[in-house]
Amino acid sequence: MTEVISEELPITRQKPFDPPAEVTEIREKARISRLRFTDGHLGWLVTGHHQVREVLGSPKFSNDPRKHHLLDKRFQGDVPDDPEARKPQPGLFLSQDPPDHTRLRKMLQGQFTVRRMNQLSEWIGTIVDDQLKHVRSLNGKADLVTEFALPVPSLVICALLGVDYDERHRFQEDTATLLRLGSSFEEVRAALERIQGFMRELITRKKANPGDDMISDLLATGEPTDEEASNMAMLLLLAGHETTANMLGLGTFTLLRHPDQLKILKDEPESIDNAVEELMRYLSIVHFGPVRTAVEDVEIDGHLIKAGDTVLLHLPAANRDPDKFAGDPDELDLRRPASGHVAFGHGIHQCLGQQLARIEMRIGFSKLFQEFPDLRLDVAPEEVPLRADMGIYGVHSLPVAWSA
Amino acid sequence: MRISVDQSKCCGSGMCVLTDPDLFDQSEEDGTVVLLQEHPDAAHEATAKEAASLCPASAITIS
Ligand code: HEM
Ligand code: SF4
Repeated sequence: MTEVISEELPITRQKPFDPPAEVTEIREKARISRLRFTDGHLGWLVTGHHQVREVLGSPKFSNDPRKHHLLDKRFQGDVPDDPEARKPQPGLFLSQDPPDHTRLRKMLQGQFTVRRMNQLSEWIGTIVDDQLKHVRSLNGKADLVTEFALPVPSLVICALLGVDYDERHRFQEDTATLLRLGSSFEEVRAALERIQGFMRELITRKKANPGDDMISDLLATGEPTDEEASNMAMLLLLAGHETTANMLGLGTFTLLRHPDQLKILKDEPESIDNAVEELMRYLSIVHFGPVRTAVEDVEIDGHLIKAGDTVLLHLPAANRDPDKFAGDPDELDLRRPASGHVAFGHGIHQCLGQQLARIEMRIGFSKLFQEFPDLRLDVAPEEVPLRADMGIYGVHSLPVAWSA
Repeated sequence: MRISVDQSKCCGSGMCVLTDPDLFDQSEEDGTVVLLQEHPDAAHEATAKEAASLCPASAITIS
């Protein structure tokens, strides 16, 4: 077997909804290939669906950032070589391994169950209705991202956490800095410090004055330290709004560009559950990644991955793998069985907020197209600014119009 | 067919409940899986298998 080696990760998307063509070519040559990291390390690029699941599901891989080789000098060029500078903060369980990960995630799991999230449907419906009323007041034209796609999940996660939505200016810009691929290490550190300051204030306030929210409930358990609690709250706040917002924005753009598919959604409202899964599969908004590092030698699909090797799991490529998705996986097909996609990841770090995100998307897309059946793009599709520069892909803005 | 679940592996993703709420539930306290039917009837065999294959933590086994 000749090995496929990439000296650099292709990140330029030729088409707005597809992974880079070079990544697709690599997948068709080798579901597991080699990828050069910034320090010269020859790691791995995994693009096959089955193989991505196998790595993410294996306890032989770590997500501790100190263990990872740095991916790419185009956007991590100034991150210090000293791994200790990348030590995960206590409570940021996405970047931790068991047993810390297990202990911290367990404190929150009960708050994100399918049943709990289903109980929020009606309330989320009201938030969406109110936001659509606001859009309606804008006289036939709007940027759907600022007026709908970003506010809905932000309002939801703020209310769930007990964060005052009016204080969103204190974290929205800093969140963008964290997600921007070109941000310097210093900028990221400063942004993190500001958000952490905001979260520490929140914890102090909730301790003095508990409310009916997830953070107060978390504190009431007495389990996390204050520092853990504030970082857990930060993780939920960050992961909870930008992701769903970009699925709503990019998903709407996608549906407007696939009128035959949008028609299915309009004619058969009950198709929404599968439509959301298919949009997640088709778009997998995690731009590229995540990464993991092997902690012992492990064989995956006939390749020996050595302890210390860093592996990039390319979710967008895996979600288009013809070995998993029958027919033409590069076509959006709202009737296709899309379950089993890896847009929420796989393994112990699989998205904690996935059931919330699903409900926000189901209600968000359904009500948007019920309320605005003639919604259309208000610019040429090539003019929609894509988030090619962000770790979470999507659209920066989506100018739309309707008959007022 | 027999379903078994391993709570110590479960990460509370809810995928099983989403796949078949007749077979699986999640604990209110820490979101881990609660098995509702150990021996699913014929009508639930396919979803039982699907839940086992979707589970991100390999916490569901079918025998
Ligand atoms: C469409 C929306 C969303 C997408 C595409 C998404 C995607 C993901 C992915 C791929 C991961 C795994 C990352 C990895 O393995 O390295 C993840 C983890 C996570 N997500 Fe989401 N997410 C979404 C919405 C949400 C929401 C609404 C919340 C919270 C309220 C949330 C909270 C989290 C948390 C806390 C983790 C870390 C879990 C862990 O490490 O155990 N996400 N998400
Ligand atoms: S699918 Fe697996 S990890 Fe998720 S709740 Fe069910 S048993 Fe637990």
